[in-house]
Amino acid sequence: MAEMQKKATRESYGEVLRDLAEKYPNLVVLDADLAAATKTGIMKKAYPERFFDCGIAEANMMGVAAGLATAGKIPFASTFAMFAAGRAYEIVRNSIGYPHLNVKIGATHAGISVGEDGATHQCNEDITLMRTIPGMTILNPADDVEAKAAVEAAIQYNGPVYLRFGRLAAPIFNDPETYQFTIGKGLTLRDGSDLTLVATGLMVSEALKAADLLEAEGIHARVLNIHTIKPLDTALICQAAQETGLLVTVEEHSIIGGLGGAVAETVTASSTPVPVVRIGVNDTFGHSGPAVDLLKEFGLCSDHIADVAMKAYDGIRER
Amino acid sequence: MDEMTKKKLQAIACHVRMGVIEGTYHAKSGHPGGSLSICDTLTYLYFAKMHVDPKNPKIQDRDRLVLSKGHCAPALYSVLAQRGFFPKEELQSLRHIGAMLQGHPCIHIPGVDMSSGSLGQGISAACGMALAAKIDHAAYKVYAILGDGEIEEGQVWEGAMFAAHYQLDSLVAIVDHNGLQIDGKITEVCSPEPIPEKFEAFGWHVIRMDAHDFDSIDAAFREAETIVGKPVVLVQESTKGKGVSFMENQVGWHGKAPNQAEYEQAMAQLQAQLKELEG
Repeated sequence: MAEMQKKATRESYGEVLRDLAEKYPNLVVLDADLAAATKTGIMKKAYPERFFDCGIAEANMMGVAAGLATAGKIPFASTFAMFAAGRAYEIVRNSIGYPHLNVKIGATHAGISVGEDGATHQCNEDITLMRTIPGMTILNPADDVEAKAAVEAAIQYNGPVYLRFGRLAAPIFNDPETYQFTIGKGLTLRDGSDLTLVATGLMVSEALKAADLLEAEGIHARVLNIHTIKPLDTALICQAAQETGLLVTVEEHSIIGGLGGAVAETVTASSTPVPVVRIGVNDTFGHSGPAVDLLKEFGLCSDHIADVAMKAYDGIRER
Repeated sequence: MDEMTKKKLQAIACHVRMGVIEGTYHAKSGHPGGSLSICDTLTYLYFAKMHVDPKNPKIQDRDRLVLSKGHCAPALYSVLAQRGFFPKEELQSLRHIGAMLQGHPCIHIPGVDMSSGSLGQGISAACGMALAAKIDHAAYKVYAILGDGEIEEGQVWEGAMFAAHYQLDSLVAIVDHNGLQIDGKITEVCSPEPIPEKFEAFGWHVIRMDAHDFDSIDAAFREAETIVGKPVVLVQESTKGKGVSFMENQVGWHGKAPNQAEYEQAMAQLQAQLKELEG
């Protein structure tokens, strides 16, 4: 595979807010003193009158976003995933989720790839937390193209949306000319009949590389890109379960309650329950270090994905 | 305020209080104490101040009210019913299964501008509404009613800082200073005092008012309208349980419904007050 261009999806977030601001005059952006990091500073520079810094006060920011939405604005409340989903959870639940307001939460710096800042800032729980809120849509784009498309889809959808972005530059594997984003519709990036790698976010490109490694071993892996964790594309997942007999979920997130949890809940309740092996952060805190090294250490890389998938596949065949 | 208007408002407030007693009695739960302390302010707002249209509750240029102390929903529902947003009979099914009127305000109820109930959150939503007014150069006002116990929540002060920073002068917060919260006197639980000085320090224009005197209420809201470039807070001195003798200043009536004997006694007292006003 030729070396791909890379860009962090937080960068895509900031750029696309600016690019869409003219098309959507009701779009406004809030941040909590992290505009340089979340990249909403790009919007601030281009449209200062539509950018509001709330200071280091995420709870209030979420409530302000709710109030703006009641008056017809489309607010993007931006901060790190840890503070958006973690610190402000109850405000997101009660002031945004319960009244089902048209607030978009732009959560950057998700997952372990935050890197050197360490465990306090590495949010591996946000998908789980957001999944528990009725009516919340959760988008976890994999690359620049998908991230930009996800933001526009979120604007066009009326209701609360949690968007998850990363700090680390991610390979751009989608073609901007042909890429189509539909909330709730997963994408089959590669067909295969032996097992399915069900991936989301930063892990999609790793899953694609893992599929190459598996192919070299004679295992034909299907690869799904589940950019929408909620509502989950249960039809696509159940079809993969039925046709391939083994699902391996891959996410840069806790194995508890995220994509893996959602897939397991879906498959176990279906007419064809199949084994679901979950790859993610194994119920542990992260720690400081360069993002790329951390991803390797925590097994969030193609080698480990292929290894786990192969063992699971062999295990099933031996039964 | 002329005597006729005042008498009219006093009579409506009496009906609003009866609705609070009706609602909590039939619900067998709810919060009569803090509801009764804001009835006069709500009556003034919905009958003498706010631009609202019960037939078109979501009209864009309406004034908005966020009941940040959402547990006092019986008072809000009662005043909305009096104002014609929905039939008064709805009050009797407050908190019942399948009923429209939820235990705490829900945005889907006609006239309710924001869901609330988890304390400290309403002021932030009100800030968002006031910010929207500012962005759109709209003339509507945003009122937020907070409890004096509620302001112990840190989010209130995040909101207070935000409102002053963005000079949200369409925002008027009302702090219902009845001095009591669930666990006792606010000064004994974990004192938020001094309240006016705190808001002043946060850059707000502070006005004090007597929550049960329509002249004082009228003067306070009129003064609020003259303030430019700053949010305004009205710290209202109120009596928890106001209007029902045995509930007044009793912390035990924070979150307890009247039984049948208490219901009858309360309604009789309010009827007598009404008769006197209309007499």
